[in-house]
Amino acid sequence: MITLVHLQVLSAGLFCIGLYGVLARRSAVLILLAIELMLNAVNVNLIGLAAFVDHGQFMGQIIAIFVITVAAAEVGLALAIILRLYRNRGSVNVDQLNMMKW
Amino acid sequence: MTSLVLFYLAGALTLGGAVGVVGTRNIVHAALFLLVSLMGVAGIYLLVFAEFLALVQVLIYGGAIVIVVLFALMLTRLQEFRGPMENPQWPLAAIAAVALFGVIAAAIIQTRLPAGLERLGPGVKEIGQSLFTQWAIPFEVASVLLLVALIGAIVIARAGGRD
Repeated sequence: MITLVHLQVLSAGLFCIGLYGVLARRSAVLILLAIELMLNAVNVNLIGLAAFVDHGQFMGQIIAIFVITVAAAEVGLALAIILRLYRNRGSVNVDQLNMMKW
Repeated sequence: MTSLVLFYLAGALTLGGAVGVVGTRNIVHAALFLLVSLMGVAGIYLLVFAEFLALVQVLIYGGAIVIVVLFALMLTRLQEFRGPMENPQWPLAAIAAVALFGVIAAAIIQTRLPAGLERLGPGVKEIGQSLFTQWAIPFEVASVLLLVALIGAIVIARAGGRD
């Protein structure tokens, strides 16, 4: 039988793998993919709590739908920014994107 | 019992795909590994009776987000990424990730959580009714957000304009 602990440990593992990806990768596209993993970890947690704690209610599922909506908007905008960066700078390596630093 | 086996299968798919996303050198492969991971998450949604979310997951993530990422990779030839894929701080990042997992896992294990799925979750009909009555205003705000993001993406990615 699945318990909430299973789901939450899975969610924590997914979140930490995504965190490693965000911190360690150099390409902006790969960082974006790792952020998607982290958002999915949050969704797994929300669905688990909705299924095990909140019997009969479905607030967790509704909030997960909104998280997915925001993730879709975020991916669209981020890819547009990456496209623009590639066109202007010839690279999406986040180590080299230091024009706003001094 | 069988649901636990299926859960471990979907969990292995999810975590394996996630490790592939953060581990592979090829960006197209990373996007495809992301698809594997997200489909594993959809399987987990099915196992806890959130079938509407599983459908949304397959449609939005599998059908839209991964495809958009692949399109962006095709447009920019980003797969020819030169040099190492990780920045010099990757050992620190690995330590931070493992440490955070340790803290969260310890917190989860020490917490007394309710056990057992007692009943089927809400069906698609209940979620739809709730989304258009009780949650109508957040729903509209989300659609405005999507519209704004769409227009913003077009304005930013448009050819020409100032550099």
